[in-house]
Amino acid sequence: MTALLESPADPSVERRRAVREAAASTLRRRKLGSQVALGVCWLFLAIAVVPLIAVVYYVILKGLPAWSVDFFTHSTTPEGVPGGGAWNAIVGTVVITVIGTAVAVPVGLLCGLFLAESQGRAASTLRFTADVMTGIPSITVGIFGYIAIVRNYHYSGLAGSFAVGFIMLPVIIRAGETAFRGVPRSLNEAAMALGARRATIARKVVVPTALPGVITGVLLAVARGLGETAPLLLTIFGNQYLEWNPTKPMAALPTLIYSYSGQPYADLVQIAWGAALLLVVVVLVLSIGSRLLAAYLRKEHR
Amino acid sequence: MTTVEAPVPRQAGRGRRWSLPDKGYRGMLAVTAVVFGALAVWFLVSVTIQAEPAFSTLGFGWIFGGTWNPSHGQYGLLPFILGTLESTAIAVVLAFPIGLGTAVALAFLVPSRVRPILSTTVELLAAVPSVVYGLWGLIVLAPVFRSTVEPFLTSALGWTGLFNGPDNGPSLLLAGVILFIMILPTMVAISRDVLIVVPNEQVEGARALGATRWQVLRKVVLPGARTGILGAFTLATGRALGETVAVAMVIGNSPYIAHSLNSSAATIPSLIVNNFGESTGTELSALFGAGLVLLLIGILVNSAARWLVWSTGHEGAGVEVGR
Repeated sequence: MTALLESPADPSVERRRAVREAAASTLRRRKLGSQVALGVCWLFLAIAVVPLIAVVYYVILKGLPAWSVDFFTHSTTPEGVPGGGAWNAIVGTVVITVIGTAVAVPVGLLCGLFLAESQGRAASTLRFTADVMTGIPSITVGIFGYIAIVRNYHYSGLAGSFAVGFIMLPVIIRAGETAFRGVPRSLNEAAMALGARRATIARKVVVPTALPGVITGVLLAVARGLGETAPLLLTIFGNQYLEWNPTKPMAALPTLIYSYSGQPYADLVQIAWGAALLLVVVVLVLSIGSRLLAAYLRKEHR
Repeated sequence: MTTVEAPVPRQAGRGRRWSLPDKGYRGMLAVTAVVFGALAVWFLVSVTIQAEPAFSTLGFGWIFGGTWNPSHGQYGLLPFILGTLESTAIAVVLAFPIGLGTAVALAFLVPSRVRPILSTTVELLAAVPSVVYGLWGLIVLAPVFRSTVEPFLTSALGWTGLFNGPDNGPSLLLAGVILFIMILPTMVAISRDVLIVVPNEQVEGARALGATRWQVLRKVVLPGARTGILGAFTLATGRALGETVAVAMVIGNSPYIAHSLNSSAATIPSLIVNNFGESTGTELSALFGAGLVLLLIGILVNSAARWLVWSTGHEGAGVEVGR
């Protein structure tokens, strides 16, 4: 009864049969090829995971023994003098990062608002500039900090803050813009219909709604700023002693790791490991914390 | 029936807090945007101005000179340009296949239960400061390279001429491997992001036609994500090109053109960071010039990367992890 469809004269049925046969005859080969290729992907995953885990493992293994009371309370000692800690570097990193963040966050968020609220060539040029700046070599920012601050002033924590803030700025701008753009139009329009001014809308509608994204972006930028080494090498000079005053040369954790890593003294290398562990822990806490906080705020908001 | 008393609205413009008029608000945003733009311009211009003396006294030829010997007035940048390109090349040659394979595994192969954990871990590793990778490379990996990896490569692949010379530990090869480990999380995280936005219908359609999982990946997923993967690759390249401390710690810092992968070498960033403290006059200006060359390469590579990632319509994929 289906003679018509099965008639050999129908070319489409012929073709279909040919395709089916070809698929069946190559099935074994294709399946094998698929398994091999996917196996290679698994292998690459393993290759990728091993060194990354090894880095974290060694930082914990070698860093934890360095975490003594002295590490968190004493400043670094000159080479060859036993004891000492990293307190001056911890203070330096905190002061430099806090000042850099305090300047970069308001400027960055206002720029983010500008980008989120405007169209046109100026905005897209600025967006592109910010994007490119997130990836420029950080050593060149150190050169900029040297030219702009150190030359006219002197080596100081402030010069380091300038360089670190400059690196954080584009990250905050783009994260801010993405967060502000995520605010539903309807909320904006409702506020406008109530006759609110744009500044009021920004303060009471846009910023609170976008807060989870903003916080995540800022914390990630801070995490990035904390670990920057090259710009600080050209701007803060380093300091053996505890220094709270950012107008003076300061020590910092990343530069301490850099300069102690090649030292022949085992106790200095151990302090470098301790500093590395501290940096990794703080950066991971900031990254994980920002995610958790953002998730929590989003839930609260609903 | 209860009546609900509507709250009395505050009179417009007489809120408790003062609020900027619209023009003032727009103006404030525009001013901040201009400040940022001005900073970026100032950055480029000031580095150029400080590098200018090197170009005016040495001409443009110094960029391609082969010898760096400031005490004899020789400022050849070529060894450092080559060192930068070679270490980056080693890193991306390793990171491209391994990163892409890892991204594919993370996006499609790993059981969905572990997927978010592994993906988050990779993204977190992208945030680990590069100086930590450098410390690990110098203290843990360099001895292994000196005692095992480099002798093995010399005996197994010595005929290629790539692995001749003494086993240093710190070397071009070690720098490339550390850069590879460092850029891997960036490469994986962004590639994974662009792989998972390929529409599910296309994947299911291909499966329904009888394609194997690998065929679906080869013919549907990878072509769809091609531009984004290229963008991820370029961003990772930019990161490797500009890395300073992790490389300076493990490359050995010798100002000569490397004759094999086992040789120590130097890169533009490591040159700057190692000589900055003691330089004055023409040498300092030459270092700024080296920085300018690096900056221009960085701008070029990152512009290309952004353009590629943007054109997949996955805007912002690189922002969170694109260090």
